[in-house]
Amino acid sequence: MPMTIAEKILARASGRKRVSPGEIVEAKVDVAMAHDLTAPLAIEALHKMGVKRVWDPSKVVIVLDHQAPPTTIEMAKDHAMLRKFVAENRIPNFYDVHEGICHQVVPEGGFALPGRLVVGADSHSCTYGALGCFATGVGSTDMAAIFATGKLWFRVPESMLFKIKGRLRNRVAPKDIILKIIGDVGVDGATYRAVEFAGDGVRHLTVAGRMTVCNMGVEMGAKTAIVPPDEQTKLYLKGRARGKYKEVCSDSDAGYVDERTYDVSNLEPQVACPHRVDNVRPVREVQGIEVDQAFLGSCTNGRLEDLIEAVEVMNGKKVAKGVRMIVSPASREVYMDALNAGVLQRLVKAGAIVESPACAACMGCHVGVLGPGEVSISSSNRNFKGRQGSPEGKIYLASPATVAASAVMGKITDPRDV
Amino acid sequence: MARAWVFEDDVSTDDIIAGRYLIKHDPRELGIHAMENINPIFAKRVKRGDVIIGGKNFGCGSSREQAPIALKAAGVSAVVAESFARIFYRNSINQGLPVITCPGVRSGFKNMHKVKVDLKRGTIHNVTTGKVFKAEPFPDFILGILRAGGLIPYLKRRGAPRRR
Repeated sequence: MPMTIAEKILARASGRKRVSPGEIVEAKVDVAMAHDLTAPLAIEALHKMGVKRVWDPSKVVIVLDHQAPPTTIEMAKDHAMLRKFVAENRIPNFYDVHEGICHQVVPEGGFALPGRLVVGADSHSCTYGALGCFATGVGSTDMAAIFATGKLWFRVPESMLFKIKGRLRNRVAPKDIILKIIGDVGVDGATYRAVEFAGDGVRHLTVAGRMTVCNMGVEMGAKTAIVPPDEQTKLYLKGRARGKYKEVCSDSDAGYVDERTYDVSNLEPQVACPHRVDNVRPVREVQGIEVDQAFLGSCTNGRLEDLIEAVEVMNGKKVAKGVRMIVSPASREVYMDALNAGVLQRLVKAGAIVESPACAACMGCHVGVLGPGEVSISSSNRNFKGRQGSPEGKIYLASPATVAASAVMGKITDPRDV
Repeated sequence: MARAWVFEDDVSTDDIIAGRYLIKHDPRELGIHAMENINPIFAKRVKRGDVIIGGKNFGCGSSREQAPIALKAAGVSAVVAESFARIFYRNSINQGLPVITCPGVRSGFKNMHKVKVDLKRGTIHNVTTGKVFKAEPFPDFILGILRAGGLIPYLKRRGAPRRR
């Protein structure tokens, strides 16, 4: 019986020949990730279970990124507790406050490998699917169960296929593809499903671009988002992969509950308007709205190619008066590369604030919050009311190019017009 | 008697408890900020035992387990909705907060209607209008988790998987 990539990975992880959608399986988790906002609750739950040690320290990744470095006494205490937990459990894969966002350091660290089952205590864990693994987010108690046993139950999801055709035009980005898709299917358009992105349009995307696309799978409700592995995947993983891996792909006659085709060759820059991720329109239709904050960063769009695209769009122009442009490279590696390439220098020269590599302004619990009535143009993934501070603030989600163009013009701007 | 608090479609976990409060640990502190972004009076007026009636895709967004923790601490005894987002659904069961999928329920309630929820039978009774809604009853093991007050107390009762 033919299977999709998602079904094949869950079958392998649960020790079965095959699985079909709707079945409940208990699967062995290959990598378990938790960060500074979800790990403390998971550890509390673990201790309440009477368990002191994680099942396999080499498979656990702990990242301090949401409140990094800490801005409150409570978070500083949490970080100290997490360092102690990591030391006591001899967890080798610990990323302290200077290392970057979990969804960047896990792929960089070679943990997300084709065919693997990766579970993160964060909804955007689906990002790792860009490397051909089954990656999904859970809450803290489920993570505690994994920490204790290395296993978790899953309902095998139905799969949904997006065939992407064509090449993106100049200044149009992977972010625009995923915004367009979410605008079409809606914020619950893929709930409980595994979404698979295939076709030559995806083959043309870099791994970084695929990560942007998979990252936002959860914004349409998906349990996981996967790009089948190819040469680019191998190239990215060369020198990074922790251990061997076997590439897994969907059978050509595998069953999908829904299949949609997108030709992206004529796609325009898109923007998700307040307060819904599926409230998507072409940038052209909303241009001219004045912005107070421009955020370039996050697990969606804080990678080197995103920063390069931004400085190319800005092309020596200054950030507009009255706009605060906040840049947070997704990881220390990205930070270093951007530093060496002179990208950060150009951003700072333009008047941008370069923050430490972390979640930063994405979710209103660290630097760069909105005041009442303020407008943010953001390369991140959520524009819910109050997400970046005041509930009276407004968040527009867009590509790095659109964020950069808007930052220099002081208003929402199509990057092709700068 | 429990009262209904009716919400729109796509209530996110950011709506339930905003990111700026995730640095708090005490469930009571989370509870006093529940639903603050979309209904600032909710946490002040909600009474122990009250029920949330939601639309489609309730609990979408982040994996923060602080969301069901905040609702429970605020006094909410159950969330009945047209449909739920995946992670919130699992987290709520794990925290012992009944989350009941019941198509058609959203239009059958107005704020402050009196409501009775029977978990075992899977019925949601609008006492004000007299209408009864039928939901899928929970499988026994989930009822067991809910009765125990969450996954951790449930596992402890059954003898947790101890290591070393």
